Amino acid sequence: MRTITFAEAIRESMIQMMRENEDIYLIGEDIGIYGGVFGVTNGMLELFGPERIRNTPISEAAITGCAVGSAMTGMRPILELQFSDFMLIALDQIVNQAAKMRYMFGGKGSVPMVIRTPNGSGLGFAAQHSQSLETWLAHIPGLKVVQPSTPYDAKGLLKAAVEDNNPVVFFEHKLLYGTKGEVPEELYTIPLGKADIKREGSDVTIIATSIMVLRALEAAKELEKEGISVEVVDPRTLVPLDEETLIRSAMKTRRVIVVYEAVKRAGFGAEIASMLGESEAFDYLDAPIMRLGGEAVPIPYNHRLEKAAVPQVQDIIRGVRRILNRA
Amino acid sequence: MSHFSNILRKDRDRALYLYHQMVLIREFEQKVEQLFMQGKIHGTMHLCVGQEATAVGACSVLRDEDKITTTHRGHGQCIAKGADINRMMAEILGKATGLCKGKGGSMHLADLDKGNLGANGIVAGGLPIATGAALTSKMKKLGYVVVSFFGDGATNQGSFHESLNLAAIWDLPVVFFCENNQYAMSAPVYEMIKVPDIAERASAYGIPGVVVDGSDLLEVMRVTSEAVERARRGEGPTLIEAKTYRFKGHSRSDARKYRTREEEREWMEKRDPIKKYRSWLAGEGLASEQELDQYDADARKDVEAAAEFAENSPEPSLDLLTEDVYA
Repeated sequence: MRTITFAEAIRESMIQMMRENEDIYLIGEDIGIYGGVFGVTNGMLELFGPERIRNTPISEAAITGCAVGSAMTGMRPILELQFSDFMLIALDQIVNQAAKMRYMFGGKGSVPMVIRTPNGSGLGFAAQHSQSLETWLAHIPGLKVVQPSTPYDAKGLLKAAVEDNNPVVFFEHKLLYGTKGEVPEELYTIPLGKADIKREGSDVTIIATSIMVLRALEAAKELEKEGISVEVVDPRTLVPLDEETLIRSAMKTRRVIVVYEAVKRAGFGAEIASMLGESEAFDYLDAPIMRLGGEAVPIPYNHRLEKAAVPQVQDIIRGVRRILNRA
Repeated sequence: MSHFSNILRKDRDRALYLYHQMVLIREFEQKVEQLFMQGKIHGTMHLCVGQEATAVGACSVLRDEDKITTTHRGHGQCIAKGADINRMMAEILGKATGLCKGKGGSMHLADLDKGNLGANGIVAGGLPIATGAALTSKMKKLGYVVVSFFGDGATNQGSFHESLNLAAIWDLPVVFFCENNQYAMSAPVYEMIKVPDIAERASAYGIPGVVVDGSDLLEVMRVTSEAVERARRGEGPTLIEAKTYRFKGHSRSDARKYRTREEEREWMEKRDPIKKYRSWLAGEGLASEQELDQYDADARKDVEAAAEFAENSPEPSLDLLTEDVYA
């Protein structure tokens, strides 16, 4: 199979969907001639024109609300929020409007929109361009939250997100854009709410999200040399969460580490750990569930500090040894 | 003289229907207040007594397929856009037969079938949504226009400015209708806005801004109809500022310390929209005082029936609690 990047997979998914469905359009800042700040929409203006590739002023609240209003009335907008940090300016429209509308209106109306947004640290953008805010959104009833980790997943999950009749927030880690993987040329769907076992193992389960899936896989490869068998599970979507797959893996390996880039305190990994603790997996566990998450600091600029702020491969390796009492 | 005076002189049914709608709104609001005082309404309410001509005047020049967004003070527009007052009253009483099954209440009244995209608990929350609904009309060439109602307070929100700019640059078919009722909760316009007329703010976005006497039904019809036709022709948005007054307090707990009783009397005596229109009708010989009294009595009867319907309606079942979160 051919190999393409994460960014290319997302672009291809959008192009193919837009060819099939006239209701889909893109809206966002610098998504036209510039091609998006990370180049994801490169060339799409030439393909679809300015009506469907809507370059906007820097007005996150209004463009988000505009996507909401158009979604309520028959369109399927894909909104690119340039950095997930900028979502904070648009939260009223996401949280108070899009998420609640159907419920407030007694089951009438729907808001089929996708917010694509670059998340996470690693590129030296410092504190206001590097956060991982997925937990904020996962907390809100009415929203769905997706965090793909591979080009294959990104293409298929984006299709499911666009076809979903609810507001879906689609977090794209900046460090993933250039990563490559096998991706079928044709359009396909990966349903929301289905975790993926990225690597099978028997000694310990690492539940990792987004870029941490890649780091967990690297750690697993290292640990294999020591004879430690690591299972890596990627929930892929936080809401809905595939609890069953996570529970099954925990029951199989009896040891669980949850790894996420967001601040460890009250991050989504805490939710996963609690969910497992309340499940039938609890009786099977041979060790307390461990969380590896970001330090409770704004993401610093200096690259050594930046790296130290979030879990790295070595942190995961150390965590595995610790949970196996081999450290 | 407004061309609507000529039209209505020749169309007595329509002229009287407008009167009917205005008194229906006032009777409705007075009944809501009464039910509230009797402890039958849980929560709060924001009454639009005194602002009937803006709701009726603006909605009366719309087509069925045109859409509106409203505010926390949105009962009037909801009625004027054609809602069933039985189901409205039931919603305000939180009943299962309500427009939103009792899940939205007064602040989230929506009637999508009639083109009412919803009231809003967030000041200026509806403007971006209206802008998006107008984008749908333009992209799908549906020909409808959206009127977004909001108060003077909303014009100090970022969403107001962002939405006007966005709608202006894209020539969207939306009319921004500001009901300047002189107070944003307790904050008087003259303390919170430096320009004498809110309509002036339109010039910052390169669109027309119009001031109208909000107590004059025919004038409201004239300016709204011009703005709506302009929008329908694809010439973009207009900002209308209707100077009006809420005869009641902001909400249930308002002691009205921020304004004088003299000021209230002045508006109620000189600028009561119903009194003004009534005297125009009588002066034009379109209806006798007795006929108009009969309209008042009929409206009261309809509202009593709505209250009875609402009070006799069942509470929503607890099963509804978790329904309608997702589409």
